[in-house]
Order: sequence, then C-alpha cells, then structure tokens
Amino acid sequence: MSKLTLAIPSKGRLMEQTTEMFARGGLTVSKVGHARGYRGEIQGLPEVDVAYVSSSEIAAALKSGSVHMGITGEDLVRESMSDADTRLQFLKKLGFGFADVVVAVPAWWIDVATVSDLEAASMPFRRAHGRWPRVATKYMNLTRRFFGSKGFGDYRIVESLGATEGTCTAGTAELIVDITTTGETLRANGLKILDDGVILKSEANLMASNIAQWTPQLDAVRAEIVRRMQSTG
Amino acid sequence: MAAESAQQFAALEAQAQVLMTVFTKAGHEAVAPAVLQPADVFLDVIGESLRARTYVFTDPDGAEVCLRPDLTVPACRLHIARNADPATRAKYCYNGPAFRFQPQGADAAHPREFRQAGVERFGDREAERAEAEIIALILKALDAAGLKSWTLQIGDLGLLRAVLNAIAMPMRWQKRLSEAFWRPDAFRAELIRLTTSPGAAAKALPADLVAQLQPGDVGATTAAVQAYLDRNAIEVIGTRTVEEMASHLLDVAADVSATPLDAKSAALIESYVRVKGPAIEAGQTIGTLLAGSKGGTGAALDAYDRRLALLANAGIPLDRITFSAEFGRNLEYYTGLVFEVLAPGLSVDSPVAGGGRYDGLMRAAGAGIDVPAVGGAIHTERLLSVLKGGRS
Repeated sequence: MSKLTLAIPSKGRLMEQTTEMFARGGLTVSKVGHARGYRGEIQGLPEVDVAYVSSSEIAAALKSGSVHMGITGEDLVRESMSDADTRLQFLKKLGFGFADVVVAVPAWWIDVATVSDLEAASMPFRRAHGRWPRVATKYMNLTRRFFGSKGFGDYRIVESLGATEGTCTAGTAELIVDITTTGETLRANGLKILDDGVILKSEANLMASNIAQWTPQLDAVRAEIVRRMQSTG
Repeated sequence: MAAESAQQFAALEAQAQVLMTVFTKAGHEAVAPAVLQPADVFLDVIGESLRARTYVFTDPDGAEVCLRPDLTVPACRLHIARNADPATRAKYCYNGPAFRFQPQGADAAHPREFRQAGVERFGDREAERAEAEIIALILKALDAAGLKSWTLQIGDLGLLRAVLNAIAMPMRWQKRLSEAFWRPDAFRAELIRLTTSPGAAAKALPADLVAQLQPGDVGATTAAVQAYLDRNAIEVIGTRTVEEMASHLLDVAADVSATPLDAKSAALIESYVRVKGPAIEAGQTIGTLLAGSKGGTGAALDAYDRRLALLANAGIPLDRITFSAEFGRNLEYYTGLVFEVLAPGLSVDSPVAGGGRYDGLMRAAGAGIDVPAVGGAIHTERLLSVLKGGRS
C-alpha cells in the first residue's frame, strides 16, 4: 500500500520540539540512514514516511498535496495560501513555535495608535514625500489581506527577507509587518505595535492536506497519529 | 482570455480595427505604450489594492517591473516622455493587452489577460465637453462594432465634493470624506465619527503635549513636539519628519474643539449617497436636496446638467443613462466623472467599457502638475462575446 508522508521541520528548535511532542504521544521519530539525511520513520507505524523539510516548504507541500500531513507555523501556511481553510485541516495546535504577526510603526509616531490613525496619517505623508508609506515585510499576502479587511489601501509593500525590524531606522520603510514573541526586539528598534495591529496569533500546528491523495488505509493511519497527539494534552 | 484560436485572434483583430478607425477618424493618434512598466512609478500611482492584482516581478538586473494592469497610466507616462510641458493638449488611442491577477481564479468574465481599446484626452480645459465627447466616441465605436443595445451608468465625484462643500464643516473633514468615499465602510465610519465624537482620536494623545500645541503655528508646534520627545527619551527614526507629525497633530487637535457635524447635515450626505436612478431625475433630486443649504447647488450641478445636454446633442438617448452617487470604479484615481457601459447578457461587474476623469493621475505619474485628463476603454473580448452571443 502507498504510504502516508508526514513533513516535519528539518532543523532548529521547531524540529526538537516536534520530536519531543511525538515522543510524549508515544511515537518515536528517527532519521533513516545518514544523520544528515532528510528521511525518517516512526517506530511502530511502518505506513508513515517522515520527510524533514524546511518550515516554509512544508506549507507549500501541504498546499500542493505532495505531503499528507505536516507540522509548521500557521503564519507560514496563511501567508502561502488565501484558501487555507479549504486546502487544509488544522488538526491540533501544538503549544510551541509561538509568533504573533503584527503591524509595528515607529514609537515616536504619537499620532498613530490604530490602523485608522495610520490611514489618517498616510495622505499627509504622501503629500510631503510624493509616495505612500512603505511597509517592509516577508508576509506580503497576510499584510494585504489584513489591511484590505480594514479598508486601508494607502501604502506600498517592500519585500524584506531579514532584519525587517531595522528597515525603519535604515530609512527603507516607514512601518513593518513582522513576527514577534515578546515585543522586545521591536522596542529595541524604536517600534511599537498598533493597538489593533495583531494580524495573527500563530503557533505550530499539526495539519493535513485535503489536496493529497487519501485512501481508507491512510485515513486510519492519520486517525492514529491524531489520537496519539491528542493524548499529549 | 487570450485568443485561444487563430480564428478568435482574427476576429478580435478585425473588431479592434473597427474600433481604432472610429478613434483615429475622431482625431486621436494611435499609440502603443510599453507593456512592461517600471513597477515603482506604476504602483505608487495605483496603490496597494490594485498591486495585489498586478503581475510584478524582478528582471535579471534586479529592477522591479510589472505587466501593465491597464493602459491609462502607460499612456500618461508616454505623454510625459514626449512633452516638456505635460499640459500640452493631446488625443491618443490604443489597442493592446493588459494583465490582471484574478484572486478567485480566472474565467471568461474575469480573464487575467485581455485586450483594451481606448482613448485618452489630455490638457483639454473644457471639462464637460471633453467628457461628453469621450463617452459619445466610446458609444460610437461600440455601435460601429455592432453593439446596438446598451445602458450607460454614470457617477460624479464633483457632485460629492459639491454636497460636502455645501455643508458647514472644516475643509479637512471634506478632504477626509472624499478620500474615504471609495471605501463605503470607511466612509460610514468617518461620518459616524464626525457626528458623534470628532475629537476621539486626540483623546489618545498625551495631554501635556496637546496643551503645548500652537494652533496655526507649525514651527512652534514642531519645537514643542521635539521637546516632548526629548523629555521622554523617544528616539526619532525613519523618513517621516517631526514637522510633518506636528502639522498632522494640529489637524487632529483641532477636532477636539470642533462642533460635531449636525445630524441634519449627516442625513443630507447619506441622502445624496443613496441617489440612484435615471440621469435627469437624479439631477433634479440632488438639486432639491441642496436647495436650502449654505452653498446652494453650485457649479457642480450645472456641470452635470451641461454634460447631459452635450450628450443629448451628440444623439445619445438620455433615457438609457442611469446615475448612481455610489457608483465607483475600483481604481481610485478617478476625480470627477466615472462611467461604465453595460451590455445585455453581461453582469454589472463586467462592463463592456468604462472610463472617466482623472486630473490627478498625470502628477502621480511624474508630471509634477495636475493635467486635465479624461478617457475610456473598451474590454474587447467581452464586446466580442456579447456580439457573438447574439444577445445585443
């Protein structure tokens, strides 16, 4: 029979925490072959192929259905598809990998505390600078959808793939959309989160792809994995 | 849709020739602006909402370019490149592809690649005459292509400004309401804010700072804001300046002492927004609404009537024209007249042609000044499908 492919993060804290989480459910995940390889297995569940993949690629693989199940952050999943709730099933929040996706502006902008204040400040900014305020982010889609839902359109996105919180000081953006856990890095860079600027409270999730090929046997394997993970509390 | 067969391509080309002949005979020079546009200029003009529907990519040199989502901005850029004085009068026409990402998936009614045939007129200061001529020309081209049955829907941002101007309220409120008009939710929220608690935003400001603002004196206010930031050890970062914030703070603070918009005025604005119906009756309704107000009906309603008279002179049956105050386009750059031509068999969100006035676009595209501009474009695949379907 064909196997169920489970994608788990290939490195860092997210990989360790995922392995620990499975262990608490009584499932031992281990690599097959070379320790630097990218294939693995779960003891006692021979129907499962484990693929070690980078977090953002897990989102893409779930989207296309090239893997059946996966563990990654909700932020990455929502960023990479607008229709996550039809393509995927969110099976369990895992209690780690916490990250809030937030809108942050320079702390000295005393006149801007909400998205609506931001809108009010955008037009004078444009009059002074001849362009809309720029938003630095790697979450281009989440940003557009969030501002769109607030009826705010007077901005420009500039893509930022790293050190986003430094772009305001560097003068390459006026505000940012980025992830934060404690807000400490934002504060250290002279930024503040808007009162209504939390776009998503994200954490690592166990997810299944509705696009992948499922058979009754694979459904049963999936049910078993979910049952074990539920037992972790 | 792009032409999928040689036969359909030939049909589109033949139709485009008919349209372009009408345009060039009316004195419009045929131009072919670039398909690839610099993303920077283009996106600053159209804003982020249309960017989400624009194909933007990086070329091998690292420059951001986009596939044009319409031909109006490219035509403006072409005009600026050609003329040292962007206010130079010009009449252009074009036929060519435009591209839009369709977030709900592309289909025949919402193609991601389509061909527009249209006209642009720059620098013409006889506003209503130019507008009536553009509408009449688009209708003439549609007629030449074989479309006999249509209705014309119009809107007019000039009337909105006249309504706001007729009511006693600060200029900054008028500006905010007109800017929010394209977003119904934001417009309603702003209206509620002005009638209930215009000063609410200022209440979130530090009281000791508000006390030091110097109304009418941006320089002194800037110094006061800078002193406040220094006292609180808040570092100024980024490109926005303290002076910019100071002058914005003065606007916000002015709302604290402002008398809220009275209920009668808010009701008048809401009544205007609801006006919808045959064009002549709509004009009369608006006249009645404004009759008792401070500014009277003003020049905007005269312009509205004059435009209709010019359309009638051009042989356009006025009973086929509907006015709707809320009628807008998803492109925010229109500044006055807005119009769409609807054909039987196509839904209201798939007009066969559309256009309007956009006097601020040339400045946004780099001209440095506002230039009177009005234009219209035909969605050629839709036109062909209506004509082929025999529903016209």
